[in-house]
Amino acid sequence: MKTLLSMAATILFGVYASTAVAGDPEKGAKVFKKCKACHAVGDGAKNKVGPQLNNIVGNAAGVVEGYKYSKALAAQADAGLIWDEAALSEFLKKPKAYMPGTKMSFSGLKKETDRDNLIAYLATFSDADTLAAAPADEREITLSDATLSIEGDVAYGEYLASDCQTCHQVSGASEGGVPAIVGWPRVEFVYAMHAYKQKVRPNPVMQMMAGGLGDEEIAALAAYFEGLE
Amino acid sequence: MKLTRRAFIGTTAAASLSAPLVNAGGHGRPKVVVIGGGAGGATAARYIAKDSKGEIDVTLVEPSREYYTCFFSNLYLGGFRSMDSIGHSYGTLAAEYGINVVHDWAVGIDRGAKTVTLAGGSTMNYDRLILSPGIDFIDGSVPGWDVSSQNAMPHAYKAGSQTELLKRQIESMPQGGVYAMVAPPNPYRCPPGPYERVSMVAHLLKEINPTAKILIADPKPKFSKQGLFEEGWQKHYGGMIERIGPDFGGDNVSVDAGAMTVTIDGSVEKVDVCNVIPAMKAGRICEIAGITEGNWAPVSAHTMQSRIDENIHVLGDASAQGDMPKSGFSANSQAKVAAMAVRGALTGSKVFPAKFSNTCWSLVDTDDGIKVGATYKATDEKIAKVDGFVSKTGEDAALRKATYEESIGWYAGITSDMFG
Repeated sequence: MKTLLSMAATILFGVYASTAVAGDPEKGAKVFKKCKACHAVGDGAKNKVGPQLNNIVGNAAGVVEGYKYSKALAAQADAGLIWDEAALSEFLKKPKAYMPGTKMSFSGLKKETDRDNLIAYLATFSDADTLAAAPADEREITLSDATLSIEGDVAYGEYLASDCQTCHQVSGASEGGVPAIVGWPRVEFVYAMHAYKQKVRPNPVMQMMAGGLGDEEIAALAAYFEGLE
Repeated sequence: MKLTRRAFIGTTAAASLSAPLVNAGGHGRPKVVVIGGGAGGATAARYIAKDSKGEIDVTLVEPSREYYTCFFSNLYLGGFRSMDSIGHSYGTLAAEYGINVVHDWAVGIDRGAKTVTLAGGSTMNYDRLILSPGIDFIDGSVPGWDVSSQNAMPHAYKAGSQTELLKRQIESMPQGGVYAMVAPPNPYRCPPGPYERVSMVAHLLKEINPTAKILIADPKPKFSKQGLFEEGWQKHYGGMIERIGPDFGGDNVSVDAGAMTVTIDGSVEKVDVCNVIPAMKAGRICEIAGITEGNWAPVSAHTMQSRIDENIHVLGDASAQGDMPKSGFSANSQAKVAAMAVRGALTGSKVFPAKFSNTCWSLVDTDDGIKVGATYKATDEKIAKVDGFVSKTGEDAALRKATYEESIGWYAGITSDMFG
């Protein structure tokens, strides 16, 4: 017999399926047992060690009321991180690698199917509006594995970063319309810079700065800024 | 007792701490003296001190204890910033970076002996000297004006008391009065600066004196972001601003500070405020050092070294470097290249190829920001432009607001990059 909740899940999953999530929410409910010590989800869920997870899939990061996030996550949230399927999956694979400085002490879900299932399960607790507004599964640009796997040279990144620091503060403070860029997961930094370089993201200052950088240089900057707190 | 090398160094360090006067200058660390604590000098001093991790002894000579940035001083005129919010002190550079900050004027440079003499009388040695003195004005460039008339007719092109004076004068204008600006010829500090200033003065007048007029006498046929400014003036301050270019005698101007008149191509105008921005040259210390050609100090684009003396680097407004505008952003960018070159020369640290960038934001009215920027590379001949952009006319309000907010972020960024 179907409970109300799982019926709602089926309906929502229908919406979410259109954004190409491969997971099975019922299997995801089992995976979620690993999270339960710290996270609650569902009706009346409250913040525990970690924030409650209603409406997390597809939503802006760092917006749960009354929860004190790590600096790393807050900086990412300021920079516009959306917990879409791609970002959540990267994060859940190995949280501390994706986001150095995160408070979440969880080693990660190695299996992609576990992650897909878990995200599908959590998606059942997201509002239809949130899911519809979330970017599709795909990122704004496509980068080759070769580009993504470049191991950036931190020392070179430190030199190049002096150019960034005319606007972006190395302390991680931020003011006005210039976001903090320290402590970003490398992969997010690389995608962002390439999106500017390809003029997919609109800001002309960033298009110009990124336009002058090669793949190695972007990787170097990503490595340098990831290591800052 | 056997004295190990490590223990020996430790003892020496302790001794020099207890007797700093005896050891000052005598411990063999290479010495860099930086003259001028603005966007070029403060940045260079900070980067050299930070990245050499104590291997280089850095002295910064700057007369002001409290430094007011010229950038954003127009926003003070418009009422968008307080004077305090654009003032910065050198405490962090001294305390956290170990920079010897000397509040004095450099009045002499002996390039043979590699020494700098200060107005206070003392003399300092250097291995490398960095000059970042900004600008001075060319005597006689606006007939009738000299530094003794700067109270009656402020330039307000070095921020601080001059800026406060100009604002007070604008606030005291009679209803329907005239604010005149004598704009400078190229090249000068901050190409959009005079026109952002006009925008900010117009903003202030629109609030307190809406029938007042603004008159610009301009020797240049065109100016930075002209289409954007003129669009904004039309939109926000229709009918208030009149600009007289060289085709109508804007290049033939004299003033009389006693009579408060501006004479443009023979026609005498009585005005209530007269903001004279004279023609500019490199800060005087460059001339004293004997490293100028014409009004500016030519430099190599690769290292910002003077073409005349390789032990001297010149940054920012004072340098003749090629394509970069004279801006705080440019000076900050050049400072990083020079800092890297100086460390490479004195400590053998790695030197990467020079690259430069600049962006100038201007505020036209509340939440109406515009910008222009470019990247540059070093060639043997000059700093050469690579790529650039400029805001477009007709942009929507949300984008203009975002541009203004970006400038606020930039201000916080560059000032923490300068002052730590």
